[in-house]
Amino acid sequence: MDDYYTTDRKMSTMQDTKIAASGVQVYYADNHAIKDVNVDIGDKTVTAFIGPSGCGKSTFLRCLNRMNDTIDICRVEGDIKIDGEDIYDKKVDPVQLRAKVGMVFQKPNPFPKSIYDNVAYGPKIHGLASSKADLDNIVEKALRRGAIWDEVKDRLHAPGTGLSGGQQQRLCIARAVATEPEVLLMDEPCSALDPIATAQVEELIDELRQNYAVVIVTHSMQQAARVSQKTAFFHLGNLVEYDDTDTIFTNPKDPRTESYISGRIG
Amino acid sequence: MTDATVTPPMRAKGKSLMADDARTQKRNAAERRFKAYGIIAILVGLSFLVFLATSILRNGIPAFTQTVVQVEFTLTQEEFDAAEGTLLKTSAYTDVFVSKLTEQVSAQGLDVEVDGKAVERLLGKVGGDLREFYKENPDQIGQPAQFQLAAASRVERYLQGKLTRDMVVDGRFLEKTDLDIVDALVDAGIITSAFDWNFITGTDTGVDNPGGAGIGASVIGSFFMMLVVLFLSLPIGVAASIYLEEFAPKNRFTDLIEVNISNLAAVPSIVFGILGLAVFIQFAHLPQSAPLVGGLVLTLMTLPTIVISTRASLKAVPPSIRDAALGVGASKMQSVFHHVLPLAMPGILTGTIIGLAQALGETAPLLLIGMVGFVAREYPDGLASGLLDPNSAMPAQIYTWAARSDEAFFEKAWGGIIVLLLFLMTMNIIAIILRRRFERRW
Repeated sequence: MDDYYTTDRKMSTMQDTKIAASGVQVYYADNHAIKDVNVDIGDKTVTAFIGPSGCGKSTFLRCLNRMNDTIDICRVEGDIKIDGEDIYDKKVDPVQLRAKVGMVFQKPNPFPKSIYDNVAYGPKIHGLASSKADLDNIVEKALRRGAIWDEVKDRLHAPGTGLSGGQQQRLCIARAVATEPEVLLMDEPCSALDPIATAQVEELIDELRQNYAVVIVTHSMQQAARVSQKTAFFHLGNLVEYDDTDTIFTNPKDPRTESYISGRIG
Repeated sequence: MTDATVTPPMRAKGKSLMADDARTQKRNAAERRFKAYGIIAILVGLSFLVFLATSILRNGIPAFTQTVVQVEFTLTQEEFDAAEGTLLKTSAYTDVFVSKLTEQVSAQGLDVEVDGKAVERLLGKVGGDLREFYKENPDQIGQPAQFQLAAASRVERYLQGKLTRDMVVDGRFLEKTDLDIVDALVDAGIITSAFDWNFITGTDTGVDNPGGAGIGASVIGSFFMMLVVLFLSLPIGVAASIYLEEFAPKNRFTDLIEVNISNLAAVPSIVFGILGLAVFIQFAHLPQSAPLVGGLVLTLMTLPTIVISTRASLKAVPPSIRDAALGVGASKMQSVFHHVLPLAMPGILTGTIIGLAQALGETAPLLLIGMVGFVAREYPDGLASGLLDPNSAMPAQIYTWAARSDEAFFEKAWGGIIVLLLFLMTMNIIAIILRRRFERRW
């Protein structure tokens, strides 16, 4: 098993770069929230962002699909390229970008609609389905990928808000993958879940790695160690260290990283 | 486990839980007092409501009934020809009516003298009505026909006990002998009380005929105004609030707009009336007294209410729903129309119905655009005429009646209030049904 993971990780470092961020600065009005962050995120890799609260990891994540655009006072500088294309270019429509870069939020937020409609909404607005049967297929595929199909297949038309917290979060993951994104951003997806639901979601993240570049923000270092191949440690808006997960947790170069991992700061 | 033996510091040591200490008693007393205030406030409110409802019903119900004289008789062809042959045709008909009435009265064994003048005082100009009826329905000649003729308002008031014999001064309107006739006819069952459909369906009448006045035409006027208000203020108000709440940048200019909208909601309605007069009638040359203009003025008045409540209900939709929609690649507009607006719908409907209810009961702006007075005389025939022909509205009609000198109109005013309230209740019920339909649980 160990060997498998090691080779896997080596492979992942050799993977193509999916997202390349260089010199990213984010300001909330006068507050300098992200300071000169450079990071290359590989395809078909799980990259974890760790760090104490308020260190800017969620803010940086939200830059990757331009969700920060919805905040008036937020200003982003620097270069973020996905597949070599600058996503902050004037010609880029954030709506199209978000179809390519899906997002799962901290709190499960299904639409107050049926389970089926929750998943079908994205494909519908992007015109991914040509017929009702086609849409049914997409929904089933997405729910299977979200590892929730078996639990909901008999009640697809029950409201999505009636599911348990863990089920809701997996439904949201299914909803995010239904639009066939290339990158999946997860903002603390397990913080509202119990340990069993967390384990299910983590397992799911590992499976999603086959098809997507996954970026996950987490407070739990154990979780980062369990699911990710690469880890980035943020502190006070700076990217302190970014390396293979193994290296970060066993042999961190920066003293701040070591203090955080051993629990002295954070 | 030695820690367990250490007694924790105890406040009020040795005090029983069974007795309240002074502090607890004080707090409980304060709570009881507060509850009592609440109950008193509710009782006061309820008693006002009951007082209002009973006085409206007591004063208004008589407006829905009418004192009628019921006469059944047959007009023969010869009588018809003879009456048509005379010079004063209507008075000839009156004579025929009097003779028939006398027949009926004496057939019942009553001893009263009925003459044409008395009939005119009691029933108004009967002859004209009769002639009209037979001219329009010539096939009814020779057939027995039932006539229900409205009695004069004085007769009604006499029967209600509001007019006594001592108050009658012989003259053009009523003589003491007429009251004998009335008493006799009541005994004979010829004068009875009937439900007055004319009050609900009819139009306004001149000051001399309170009995014939109806609120129907102004109900239709109000209806057309509400149509205008609904179809203008709902889309404009909702669109404005969606833009302000979801799309507009937050800067000084939008702050200014926000403050101004809140202020507009507090502007006295008569100001909107003056504005409507200046803009819609004097500048845009729209017709006076038209429900269209009334509707436009009330739209201006209703807009702030709708904007404020719509914005509040849009704000109440959790931002996570917007994030979710944007996260799957919905555009801003899609996220608003597919997800936010449906969730805000119950609140929007509540605001709209409050705005419409306010507009329905508004009189002051209508004063200035000429919808008060002797306006609701005719029925509109169709949409264009309903919007553009002079008409009144329910509250304006009630105001008009209440301002007239004949006391019989006061009763009509009270009755009009009942109709207005029924109209309002219908609107509220529709809104509640719609809201139920839109309501979603999460």
